[in-house]
Amino acid sequence: MRPPDASFIRRCMRRYYFERFDMIELPSDMPKREFGYRRADSGMVRHIQLHDAADLRVLLLQAVPLEVYVSNARYLLPSQPIPEKVWEDAHLIFDIDAKDLNLECRPSHTAVSCERCGHGTPGPCERCGHRGVRKTSVACNSCMKAAGEQAGRLLEILADDLGVREGVRVYFSGNEGFHVHVHDEQLARLGAAERTELADYVAFRGIMPERLGVTRDRTASLPRPSEGGWRGRFARGVLGSKAGRSRAAREISSGGYDAFARRVGGMASSLGARIDPGVTMDVHRIFRMPGTINGKSGMAKVPCEDPKKFDPYVSAVVLSDEPVHVRASCPVPIRMMKRRFGPYSNEYVEVPAYAAAYMVCKGLAHVVE
Amino acid sequence: MAVLGHLELAKYPFLADAGGYLRECGFTLGQLADDRDLAPIRDQAFARVAAAVDEGKVYRPSIETSSHLPREVFSFLLAVVLLKMSGARHLAKKFAMQEARGAETLLERDLGRARTTSQVLLATEIIRDLSGVGIQKQEEHFVVPVHEYLRRAVTFHAREWKLINRRVESGLVYLTPHETVRLIRQELVNYIVSRIEGAATPPQVPGLQGFAERLSAMEARLRPKTAVSSGEFAPCVKHAAKTMADGDNLSHAGRFLLATFLLARGYTIPDIVPYFEKAPDYKKSVTLYQLEHLAGKSGKGTAYRCQSCQKLKTLGLCHEIPECAGIVNPLQFGVGR
Ligand code: SF4
Ligand SMILES: [Zn+2]
Ligand SMILES: [Zn+2]
Repeated sequence: MRPPDASFIRRCMRRYYFERFDMIELPSDMPKREFGYRRADSGMVRHIQLHDAADLRVLLLQAVPLEVYVSNARYLLPSQPIPEKVWEDAHLIFDIDAKDLNLECRPSHTAVSCERCGHGTPGPCERCGHRGVRKTSVACNSCMKAAGEQAGRLLEILADDLGVREGVRVYFSGNEGFHVHVHDEQLARLGAAERTELADYVAFRGIMPERLGVTRDRTASLPRPSEGGWRGRFARGVLGSKAGRSRAAREISSGGYDAFARRVGGMASSLGARIDPGVTMDVHRIFRMPGTINGKSGMAKVPCEDPKKFDPYVSAVVLSDEPVHVRASCPVPIRMMKRRFGPYSNEYVEVPAYAAAYMVCKGLAHVVE
Repeated sequence: MAVLGHLELAKYPFLADAGGYLRECGFTLGQLADDRDLAPIRDQAFARVAAAVDEGKVYRPSIETSSHLPREVFSFLLAVVLLKMSGARHLAKKFAMQEARGAETLLERDLGRARTTSQVLLATEIIRDLSGVGIQKQEEHFVVPVHEYLRRAVTFHAREWKLINRRVESGLVYLTPHETVRLIRQELVNYIVSRIEGAATPPQVPGLQGFAERLSAMEARLRPKTAVSSGEFAPCVKHAAKTMADGDNLSHAGRFLLATFLLARGYTIPDIVPYFEKAPDYKKSVTLYQLEHLAGKSGKGTAYRCQSCQKLKTLGLCHEIPECAGIVNPLQFGVGR
């Protein structure tokens, strides 16, 4: 980040943390958590222990970090290196990111710019000749809607199959996805291997045809829509109507076990909840802290009641609307707070601080001194 | 604890409270050891342990005649006494595994046949006593909470045990009697081992001495040739161990070397803890946790390897001597020549 941009972002964040400290959700058992942060001009600082809200407030107002993280794990000695921390437990987390959904709309809201000078350019830079480009995706309602649907799907599997109904909290990640936190004492004690199984379960990965009633000797007894768990979901989502069922049965008996196995293997993305399994299985990770600002967008990680109806470009916008002068090169329009900004092609414009911060964080605008 | 009758105790004698049972039957350990008329029970106890050495042989209690039932419990209790007297740890492990296999068959049958509420209750309580898993009967199945299932099933590698390949509803995993018992197999073995280990060491009872000696001899044949003490410690490891023993502060890397070396040589965690006890910052819980982490038993589950000589040289931990020639890892020191 250029110095004027960095100091603008710092100002925004300091003011937010000063005025809206109440937005931050403090974790339970705070002294047992590992905290970490990243500043605009330096790498990650980890293994920090904070005892209470006052400690955190001091850290936020003094370091003014770009990103603030906290462990889902509780440790006996949170400030030690990982092998010496003495892990106690960690609530379960699922991560859904619109980026992983690879929707068709994606290219249309991805800005391509020169890695070196920031000039908006599809190929080698017309201005400085540099070849490397940077792709930055900006606000898209369809992407967020799709991510919200995935979160909804996950919540349903958690509730119906895994019996997890209470202690589930959904957050908008602050950029392009959702974090689903599950506060369940029993599940919190599970290790990485067990969490991998849970991740595979919700993502519909690794199922055997036998589980769906198809065996090598081809006597298919397909699941019924009224059944629970994946059998029922498969029957409703794939086999569909009565006619669909008999068609599927014919297909299976002609195509055989292996063809069916291949077909089912390919259904993870259409039937399962599309989570990032690496996040769920890692029991020593630190996560963006709820209520803090995401340095990739200037928006906050905030709780959301219903991910399917959530509009982050209103609900997660927490910075002020004070006017700011920027030079913007943003080839795709952005909608925030029900207002439209851009497209801009290397223009001097005055926009509210939240929109300026959004574009600056994405490298699509620079603050004019 | 489940309240067990004579039949259940004959099937699962490891659940019996030894002292209480003997008292209830009007016997003392001394009588079991010496009484002429009880000689068949002593033979049976010995045979029960000896059977464990024969791979594939499972001890089958005779539970058809009710008058034989106490004999089954006595012979088990006496077998434990014999194992304890002989100090035969490998044999004890084998015995536990064999007994567990026998109990598995019976338990599976009990689960499968349980119809009435009290039968179901008894079978599920036995499982709870053994493993801590709360199972319940639902329709023709038994159900266990997802987290209980996962903790055990992740150690099985067959695909059928993946959670996605199970019927899972409302936080419960559905299992057949066979699968239920399979799920807790390891705990069944551990339970029996702990019963043997936890038994009080009996006074040397003359009537049992002969048996115990025979078991010690069997144990000697069983002991693996490459036991814990195989191979000498590499000089770097010796140095690390000495630093620790002297109560000096050993670097993190030095502790890592010591622990991974010992783990790789087959030392168990309880075997290793004493090496760390003299450290100035020693805390038992922390050491245990760290060792478990290194052994891959916690967290991500990857076991850490002992580092190469080259790496140890760069860390300043190497104390090379002529015998180190030609090896690339301390684990190779003194092995195979
Ligand atoms: S050469 Fe290898 S084994 Fe020998 S002291 Fe050095 S590190 Fe240890
Ligand atoms: Zn350029
Ligand atoms: Zn989109």
